[in-house]
Parts: sequence; structure tokens; C-alpha cells
Amino acid sequence: MSGDHHSHGHSHASHAQHAPGFWRSYVFSVDHKVIGVQYAVTALVFLFIGYSLIMIMRWQLAYPGKEIPLLGELLSKQLYSGFQNLASGGVLLPEGYNALGAMHGTIMVFLGIVPLAVGGFGNYVMPLQIGAPDMAFPRLNMLSYWVFLPGGLIMLASFFLPGGAAQSGWTSYAPLAVINFGQTAWLVGMIFLITSSLLGSINFIVTIAHLRARGLSMYRLPFFVWAQLVTAFLLLLAFPPLEAAGILQLMDRVAGTSFFMPSGLVISGKAAEWTGGGSPLLWQHLFWFLAHPEVYVLILPAMGIVAEVIANNTRKPLWGYRSMVYAAVFLGFMSFIVWAHHMFMTGMSTKMSTFFQATTMIISIPSVIILTALVISLWGGSIRFNTPMLFATAFLPMFAIGGLTGLPLGLTTSDIHLHDTYYVIGHFHYVVAPGTIFAMFAGIYYWFPKVTGRKMSETLGKIHFWPTFICMNLIFFPMLIQGMGGLSRRTYDPQVYEAGQALAATLHKVITHSAYLMAAFQVPFIINFFRSIWAGEKVSQNPWHATTLEWAAPSPPPHGNFVGEPVVYRDPYVYSPVGRSDDYLPQFVGPEV
Amino acid sequence: MEMSIPYQYKAHPVTGIPNGKFAMWLFLASEVMLFGALFSSYVMLRYNAPEWPHGYTLLNVPLATVNTMVLITSSVSMVMAWAQLKMGNFARGRMYLWVTVLLACGFLVVKYFEYSHKFHLGIYPSKSTFYAVYFTMTGLHGLHVVGGIIAIAYLAGPGASLWHRNPDFYANRVENTGLYWHFVDLVWIFLFPSLYLI
Amino acid sequence: MAQHAADAGHHGVEEIRKHVRTYIVVFVALAALTVVTVAISYVHLPTTQAIALAVLVASVKAALVALFFMHLISERKVIYAVLVLVAIFFVALLFLPGFTELEQQGWMNRNVP
Repeated sequence: MSGDHHSHGHSHASHAQHAPGFWRSYVFSVDHKVIGVQYAVTALVFLFIGYSLIMIMRWQLAYPGKEIPLLGELLSKQLYSGFQNLASGGVLLPEGYNALGAMHGTIMVFLGIVPLAVGGFGNYVMPLQIGAPDMAFPRLNMLSYWVFLPGGLIMLASFFLPGGAAQSGWTSYAPLAVINFGQTAWLVGMIFLITSSLLGSINFIVTIAHLRARGLSMYRLPFFVWAQLVTAFLLLLAFPPLEAAGILQLMDRVAGTSFFMPSGLVISGKAAEWTGGGSPLLWQHLFWFLAHPEVYVLILPAMGIVAEVIANNTRKPLWGYRSMVYAAVFLGFMSFIVWAHHMFMTGMSTKMSTFFQATTMIISIPSVIILTALVISLWGGSIRFNTPMLFATAFLPMFAIGGLTGLPLGLTTSDIHLHDTYYVIGHFHYVVAPGTIFAMFAGIYYWFPKVTGRKMSETLGKIHFWPTFICMNLIFFPMLIQGMGGLSRRTYDPQVYEAGQALAATLHKVITHSAYLMAAFQVPFIINFFRSIWAGEKVSQNPWHATTLEWAAPSPPPHGNFVGEPVVYRDPYVYSPVGRSDDYLPQFVGPEV
Repeated sequence: MEMSIPYQYKAHPVTGIPNGKFAMWLFLASEVMLFGALFSSYVMLRYNAPEWPHGYTLLNVPLATVNTMVLITSSVSMVMAWAQLKMGNFARGRMYLWVTVLLACGFLVVKYFEYSHKFHLGIYPSKSTFYAVYFTMTGLHGLHVVGGIIAIAYLAGPGASLWHRNPDFYANRVENTGLYWHFVDLVWIFLFPSLYLI
Repeated sequence: MAQHAADAGHHGVEEIRKHVRTYIVVFVALAALTVVTVAISYVHLPTTQAIALAVLVASVKAALVALFFMHLISERKVIYAVLVLVAIFFVALLFLPGFTELEQQGWMNRNVP
């Protein structure tokens, strides 16, 4: 029983109120589905922007000092005096390279993946999967989007502000970030984004705890919901230290404090204006305290989506559901005590580096458990290789490569050689690009019918998938080789170094052209996406014959989500049950059927 | 557009608390991490500094002691407000809310005098890491006090009409706001000795 | 519209009156401890001891506020669980960065007083 005496208020409202106008329905809506779509669409635009930035950078890496085709002139334009040019004479400037690099990372992580995975998929799907009418705090949900958007716009606007965009990496290390142009807007933008995340994570946790349908105990939750729950705790508890650090760095920049500015700092031959006494390492600790759990924020929702799609398309229950749940919870907990593996090269004692190395090795275990369970789930299944399943299955080896390449980085001895090389870039991109982003694509193809009532085209989907999969590997595998050869990251022109020529001259061209090719093969996806909204094949309520609760709602679900009260009778992945003609038995179908 | 969200003011059968209370505790958990990061910064900066002044040589301890008492008293008045509301005394409850607001404003007035005295002497956050820590931590705490004043004043003022529609919901809101307010007091309880007394 | 007072976790006027008595007692204790902690600071103990004592007194005061004003003493398990989790991460955040820099060579040459 829901225990709420205001349920009669619903029918009152529908009689008494006129239909809300355009603005309340589509812009300032408190409906989690509208907010989810807002987050997803905004995030996809940001992902597109972030990808465009790297395409410009890749030209410089492949053809150092050459004019950028098509965009070179535009990027060299002096908009006003004091405008921080990205390029000059059509050629990317080092400052421009740094700015594009810093913003690419920031945009992809904070404006792209997290809003899509959590704000988009989490917001839209989670309440449906638990049988809730909406989030626990619908207005807070709306607020979190409208705090996110200004944060994102401030980040983008920073390109046009005096000083230009941030140039000190997405990591914004002091003292460079404090003395550099362009970080103030980055810091202000981050404060907006972090606040938005905090509001959202509170909403997620209370909703999952309190608004589950009758019969939906915690161990009957789809793995996607567990993943979102752990993610919400990570966002809740790990982001505030970065918010504090952002405030401190802002104070350093704007109020002249020396939280991160060391004594005796000399900048270009002159003594720095700060009084000193600060610690650059303090910034690193506070930043990575968030940024490590952040990477699990990037991967957990993806694992959740992959689990849903795999269970559905193997027509088998997930293997090791409980292990996966415990692993996800353990992973979340451990993620708070590994952060200094990003700082092995800062001169810490062996005692502490051993501690963090140990925790880092331990945290690989739950990842392996989840991946192994997903792989074993394929065994003996009647696999349907539709587009979502292609992306979900490809996630597995891609995430495996990403995870395995993390091990030499987590071991201090090998990290000495690999830190700050292209190996790191290859490692983390394998996890987020053919890892998380593939899961995002899987989710889009999978839940598109629920959101729109239509399916996306399978043909265009396959044309999207195969080249993307091949290009991902052509882009990021060479980086592993380059890194092992010692090629440094964040270098405007690695070919000025002799070693750089051997590693960069050919491979950077391979990577760059693969990146451009991959961009071209996103066009079928974009066409497919928009065309299917209006002209896609119309489908029933549960076209994938899935078992979880979101498929009990109409497609698209109305305000309030379900017709009648949803009730759950069994585990989430009852596929191919013994003694039944259908190869699936949804959670929400009564026992008498 | 209003649909009924369950457990807005009724306790959930499993957790035993309504949505708002759970949400507020989660928010406070994040605030613990926020101020925790600042305390961690203070620890790291002070521990590694070759020398660090004692707070009582540079700051006004008697004034801050008064402020500490003001904040503690405001915590008492806040919880008394909730108690009165649970006993059905709306007028008394509201009065205690306004007392809390008044005391909170008093806290800010004292802080204003503290800060302006320092600025008068040319002492700004940039002067030293000690002052950077002092101004930033008390400043962020002060912002939280402002937030509390706005929330409590809203409940005592325009938000009080909720009492007549749903007294339980209103009392819960006061209780949850009280949780926030006690947390603000709690941070000061640690901030005061850390900055002024050691 | 008489709603169920039971759900808020407190029953009846008498019980609230008992709580009010507790609040007054706690208030007096907090005031006394404030005086104590200020008085200790006038003794000018060596810094390490001063810090330890100050943190101890502050912790007692904080515990009183948390347990009685914030009703933690009668709160539900789920809240305790969240707070235990936060406590662990808080301690990690407070001490690990410092420990990590303790035996530094180079960047932060610490002069032991």
C-alpha cells in the first residue's frame, strides 16, 4: 500500500485543471521523462561539440604546423581586441591546442557523459523501472537541469570571454591553472555543474529507496537501478570536495590567496604576486578525490544499460545477479580510497603509494566480477543481434581492454614509465569511448521505442555500429603503442622530439583519419534518430519482449507513467521460464496468467 | 499537473522516514564532505607550514565566543519551534522560528564587525594562508547561515500557510530545516576552536 | 484535517515536553562546554595538546547537538548507515592527503618544530 491519502488528488487535478501550456509541458516541466529527454538531448549536443574540438586538435597532431582545412580561417579571426585566438594564420596555436584539450575533456566528462548516463537515462528510465509515478522531488529534478544548463553554457561561453577557455587540462592543476587565463569561467561552471549533480543524486537515492512499486524488493531491482543507486552515492559524497577545491582555486585567482600557490614561485623570471605557503598537491588530492569516483560514475550506468540489453537479447536471466550487485556496491565504496594512484609521480613515500596501489588492485576485482558475469550471461543464450545488442556485446571486450590497460597504471613501478603518456589516453578512452559511449548507444536504440513509440532502423543501426567499432580501435589502440614508446600526452607538436617522430609521424595520421571517418559514420545515427521520431516503425508497448517494469507503461508513458498501480511479482530477468510457451515472463504479469 | 508522490509527509514502511527527512540527511552528508574538504585543506596547510600563528593572537576570541553562544541559542530556539508545532501550538512555534532568524541575523552582524575590522586594518584573505583559511571557511559558513535565514524566514512567513492545509507536512518541513540549521551550528562548533583557539 | 502524528516518530504532548526538558539541559551543557573550551585556550598548552583537547571538547558538543537537537539518538537505521558511510569517507579525506605528504622529499620540506 502506498500509504498516501492524497491519491484522490490526482483525479481532482485532471478534472479541475486546464492542460498546462507549452512552457510548463516542454520547457519547465517537472515530469522526469521530459527532464530526462532535456538532459539527453543537451548532453548529445555537448558530446558533438566536445568531439568537434578534438577533431580540430587531431589535425594539428597529424599535420603539425599545417593550416586547418575549412575552419582554419574562422578560428584565426580576431573577434575583438583581447580575444584569445585558438589559431593564427589558419594554424592551431599551442594555447589553442591546450584550450581545446582542456575543454574537450571537461565537456565530454561533465557535460556529455554524466548528464546523458545519469541525467538522461537515469532520470527517464529509473522511475519507470521501479514503478514510480515520478521522482520523489519533481521540482528539484527540474531545478537540477536548469542549474546544469547555465553551467554548461558558461563553459562554452568561456571560449569568447577575455582570456579564452581554460588551458590547464580538465584537471586544472595549480599553480599553472591559477596563473593561466580562462580558468575562472571553468571554475564557476564547475560549481554550477556540481550543484546540479548534488540535487540530482539526492533525488535518485530517495526515489529508489521510497518509491518502488509493491512487490519490488531491493533484490528484484533491475541491475540498471542498482548501478544508478551506487552512482548517486558517488556523486553525492565525492563531488563536494571538488566544489570546495573549486572555491579555493577561485579564491586564489580572484582574491589572491595562496591555498595552492607555493612559496618562492617564480613566473617567467619574476617573483609571483602570491604570498605563498600553499600546496599545489592539495589541489591534486581534492581534485582526484572526486575525479576517481567520477570515472565510476561514467562506467556504472553503462554497465547497467549493458546488463539490461544483454539479459533481454540472450533470452536468459543475468548470470550472477547478486554477485554483480555486491560487486557494484563494493566498487562504489572502494572508489573513494584509490585516488592517489593518479599522483604516484608526485614524490609520495612508498608507504602511501603501496597503500593506494593495493586499493587500486583490489578495486579491479569487482570490475572483473561484473564483466565476467556479463560475459557468462551470453553462454547458452538465444542471442538476438539487434543494434542495441551489437553495441552492448562490443562493450564487453572494449571495457576489458580498457580495464586491463589500467593495471600497469595502477602498479607504481610500471606507472613510472607510463604516467602522462599516450598509454593513459588510450587506457581511459577505451573505457569511456568504446566502453561507456557504446553503452549509451545501446541504451538509445533500446529505449527509443519506449520514449517515442517507434523503433529506430536496424539497417542504419548496423551501418552506424560496424564502422564505429572498427574506428574506435583504430583510434585508441595505436595510442597504447605510442604510450609504451614514451610519447608524452598534452604535447602540441610531439614531432619536434626525435623519439616523437618515430611514434607520432605515422600513427597520429592513422588516428586522426580514423577519427574523421568515425565522425562521418555518426551521420547514419543522426539521420536514423531524427527520422525514426516521425517515420520509424510503430511498435507495441513491449517490442523487445522485455521483463522489466518500464515495459508495462505505454509507449510513450503518460504523465504519472502507469495505467493503474504497477505490481511486481518476481525477479527482473525471468526469461525462458520452464513450462511456458512464451520465452519471457515480465515482472509485472500476475501469477494467475 | 499535480500527481501524488507517496511518502511526502508519511513515513515509508521500510525506512521509517518521509522523503524530505531522508533527502535532508543525504544533503547534510554531502555538506559533511564539503566542509570536510576545507578542514582537510586546513590540516594539510597548517601541518606542512614552517610556522602558523595561534588564532587567539590574531582574532577576536571574546566576540567569537559570543557568536558561538548566539548560534547555539538559535539551535535551541529552532528545535523548540519544532516541539511547539508538534504540540499543536502554531503561534508559539512561529515565534520561535522568528527568534531563530533574529539570532542568526545577530550572528551575521557580529561577523560583519569582525570582517570589517580586519579590512580596516588592511587584512584581506590574500595576506597569509592563515587569513585565507579563516576568511574562506568562515565565509562559506556565513553563506550557509544566510541560506538558513532565508529558509527559516520563509517557513515563518509566507510558507506558514502550509500549517493550515497540512500541519504534519509543515512540522516535517520545520524539522528538516532544523536539521540543516543544527548542522550549520555543528560546523561552527568545530570551526570556532579550530580557527580561534589553537 | 487531523493527520496521523504517529508517522513523525513522536507521540503525544507529554513526550514532547520531556524532549523540551532535554533540550534545556543540553543547552546548559553546550554553554558550559563553550566556556570550558575558551578557558583551556587561555592556558596556552603546547599546540598538539591544545588541538587534541579542543577537538575533543568540540566533538562532545557536536555529539550533543547531533544526538538531541537533530534527534539522532532515536533515528532510523538507514540514516545511521548513511552517516557511518560518510564518517568513513570524511576520515579518509581528512587524514589521507596529509599522510601522503608526510614523508615527502622535495616539494613540502616540513620543518619539525
